[in-house]
Amino acid sequence: MRGTLSDRMGAALLMAPLLLFLVLAYAWPFLGVVKWSFTLPTPGLGQYHALLTDDLVQSVFIRTLRIAAIVTVVSVTAAYAITVVWVRGSPVQRVLAEFCILVPFWISVLTRAFGWVALLSNRGLINTWLQSIGFISEPLTLVRNEFGVIVGMSHFLIPFAVFPLASAMRSLDERVLLAARGLGSSRMRTFWTVFVPMTRSGIIGSAMITFVFSLGFFVTPAILGGGRSVMIAELIYLRIFQSPDWGLGAAISVVLVVFVGALMALLFRYVKPKQLV
Amino acid sequence: MQQPGRAAEIKANGIGKSFGSFRALDNLSLDIGRGEFLTLLGPSGSGKTTFLMILAGFVQPSEGKLFSDGVDITNRPAEQRAAGMVFQGYALFPHMSVEQNIAFPLKVRKKSASEIKSRVGEMVERVGLKGHEKKLPAQLSGGQQQRVALARALVFEPGVLLLDEPFSALDKSLRGQMQAEMKRLHQETGTTFVFVTHDQSEALALSSRVAIFNHGKLLQVGRPDEVYDRPANRFVAEFLGEINMLPVKGVRPADNGATGLCEDRAVNMRCKAEAIKGDAILAIRPEDMSIAPEASANQNGIAATAVASTYLGAATKLDLTTRQGAKVTVSVPNEVAAAALSKGNSVWLTWPAEKGFLLPDGGQ
Repeated sequence: MRGTLSDRMGAALLMAPLLLFLVLAYAWPFLGVVKWSFTLPTPGLGQYHALLTDDLVQSVFIRTLRIAAIVTVVSVTAAYAITVVWVRGSPVQRVLAEFCILVPFWISVLTRAFGWVALLSNRGLINTWLQSIGFISEPLTLVRNEFGVIVGMSHFLIPFAVFPLASAMRSLDERVLLAARGLGSSRMRTFWTVFVPMTRSGIIGSAMITFVFSLGFFVTPAILGGGRSVMIAELIYLRIFQSPDWGLGAAISVVLVVFVGALMALLFRYVKPKQLV
Repeated sequence: MQQPGRAAEIKANGIGKSFGSFRALDNLSLDIGRGEFLTLLGPSGSGKTTFLMILAGFVQPSEGKLFSDGVDITNRPAEQRAAGMVFQGYALFPHMSVEQNIAFPLKVRKKSASEIKSRVGEMVERVGLKGHEKKLPAQLSGGQQQRVALARALVFEPGVLLLDEPFSALDKSLRGQMQAEMKRLHQETGTTFVFVTHDQSEALALSSRVAIFNHGKLLQVGRPDEVYDRPANRFVAEFLGEINMLPVKGVRPADNGATGLCEDRAVNMRCKAEAIKGDAILAIRPEDMSIAPEASANQNGIAATAVASTYLGAATKLDLTTRQGAKVTVSVPNEVAAAALSKGNSVWLTWPAEKGFLLPDGGQ
């Protein structure tokens, strides 16, 4: 970024309130959490040791990583298709795609989670419909399990996955695609051998954002998992608010933050921040 | 090496293209010969690039037909036309190495691995990229990227190679080098080349024929010397290089051509005057005019006063004003220019009858 010193001073001043807020509302309290993780109930590394040996904590960690990975694949794939339409479709298709991307931002995460319950539950729209056409006799278990969590989370994250992809697709030189076709490549082949590889940075950015978001999901898995598919954020909540085990909850939080921080550092080694918006 | 006869012969018949209300190309008919090096020349927005895109199959003409070796290809999609194309800015695949870029059209055609290897190797050598095979386009200079683009477009031995202002991003010395290289590739491959440029010296230097476009119309097609020495109209005359325009009155046919009055003196022209009668424009290239000490009855000439000179090294460009106020530029030996300037008062401008040509008065 270029600019004179006074330009940069001005920018720093304009960003100062946000930075101050982030420090007061996040960084400062988080230091408190770090302190708990080393001091509760007794000072030492006891909670981190427990974290490595506790079967429940481990299984929640593994489930969280698995769900985050599946949600990432589902979201990025769906977002890729939507973005192709949004960036390269006809004018009407573009407007429709944009509508589909923006509308979810206006609806609360709670509303959306309960909406999925209404669709997926045993007496929900999908099961009743499948039963009414005789496709199934017993309702399918679509919710209060990992499947429901994945559906709800993917639905929430697809719009976020769209932006890095759109940025990559917009900066792509149209002539390169023409060149591929002119050299005899079919549209399908051009898509897979030229278009997709050329949007690689967008795919990486999109996947990282989705994955990092997925790790910290709370409301959606809590509602659609129905307590049977607990993810890491819900476990932290349970440790702190239900079984007063603040030390362990704090230790899990610290591990999660460090893990996400490491992922972000990795992301920015491959993708420039401006490619993500 | 290309088999002679593989080069395509292209025929455009009444091609037109409209983008909304904008008429990009109008009723264009043109035959492109087998193995010819045809340049499409014109200012930006003249329709030359649109025509190239129609040849490539990227743009569908609004009307007209396109034939390749007698086969109607008007509706054939780009990927089935097998025309090699070099884009402005090269359009290399940024994620593929030099080798992979050049191999792409062969892979698409499902050639065997050994054939791909040998043909890519041969092509890399031919365009002088040996040692750069594993590099990505971003690691190459502009000239090297240009060579990759040429190699990629020629490796599958297309019947026609289409080039869209391929040298516009190169500096002058590199451009000259690439032009020579392209001429050599044209001779070696024997393929039909269709080349788009807005640089008239490039067009004259490279092509076997030049097609000049303006406002979506094809104005003239011919060998470089034909279009330069006998432009069909004022636009072509001016676009191909500096030219002096002098009004002539009372043009009428005469022995060996035409005659008329220029600055109240009788002048002779070798061109036919059937199409042009009465008032017209006499056009003469600066290098075809010379300065004489005095009037001579059997030579074309008018009086003028030298006003300024520009030293160009090999020659001097001299600006003069005629008695009736027309501005004339001539290109003359340095010492002649110096003498004309020092003389102060009027000098005599002459030109051979066959070097002046008539254009309709006013307009295009």
